[in-house]
Amino acid sequence: MNDKAISLICGIIFGIGLVVSGMTNPEKVIGFLSITHNWDASLIFVMGGAIITAGPFFYFLKNKEFSALGDKINLPAKQNIDKKLIIGSSLFGVGWGLVGLCPGPAISALATFDPITVVFLLSMAAGVLVKKNTIK
Amino acid sequence: MNNFTPFSALLGGIIIGLSVVFYFYSTGRLAGISGIFENAITGTSKRLSNLAFLLGLVIGPLIYFNFIASTPVAFNITHSYLLIIPGGFLVGFGTRLGGGCTSGHGICGIGRLSINSIIATGVFVAIGMLTVTILQQFGVYL
Repeated sequence: MNDKAISLICGIIFGIGLVVSGMTNPEKVIGFLSITHNWDASLIFVMGGAIITAGPFFYFLKNKEFSALGDKINLPAKQNIDKKLIIGSSLFGVGWGLVGLCPGPAISALATFDPITVVFLLSMAAGVLVKKNTIK
Repeated sequence: MNNFTPFSALLGGIIIGLSVVFYFYSTGRLAGISGIFENAITGTSKRLSNLAFLLGLVIGPLIYFNFIASTPVAFNITHSYLLIIPGGFLVGFGTRLGGGCTSGHGICGIGRLSINSIIATGVFVAIGMLTVTILQQFGVYL
């Protein structure tokens, strides 16, 4: 199998995981972020389930130089905790709280055929392009 | 606690974790969706692979809705452009400035025990909670 086929299959599995977890529903995400009122802790179980599944594999594969398809593995280098990390994550937190969608569920939400998801994705694409063209 | 669904949440999380592992093992890349999205639209390297992943993100739920789910899957989203447009923009801008989103920092990064990702996740969760709490004071999301 080639890179494109693997990517497609992984996207399908990821998308099924998102919808099974309930996180494609913005209402569930808002319920998690609503810490002072009717808090819904489900999102912790989604992240927890994914982390305990992937974590051990990352540990055992951490010194691997090449992927199964033969590509050189370039993991993100250790970086200082800088302003970009904190400000970027804060701005993402505001956007996440406004709608209840982060990038994965925002794309999977296209499967609902609700046109508002297209408006969200176009705005998200604009944010990505503005960042790319203004800040190195 | 209303609407708490720990079992389906955990099962969904494990499925996501398996996708992340299979993707990393096969391609050597981390399944951070905001990065995949940026690559898919700006096209630096492996553009078609990144587009294929995003296509999968849409096909997966379609398979689930049509062949697996026994009841309709809930989807409740605001239809206020005052929330959707700035919300989408900030998610796009913020995730790329901060170098990751819920998948890249929250799952892959924490799974690799990256201090940066643990801090980033703490920040976006805390600010997301603050944002929702403030919106609730103005009668949005009760």
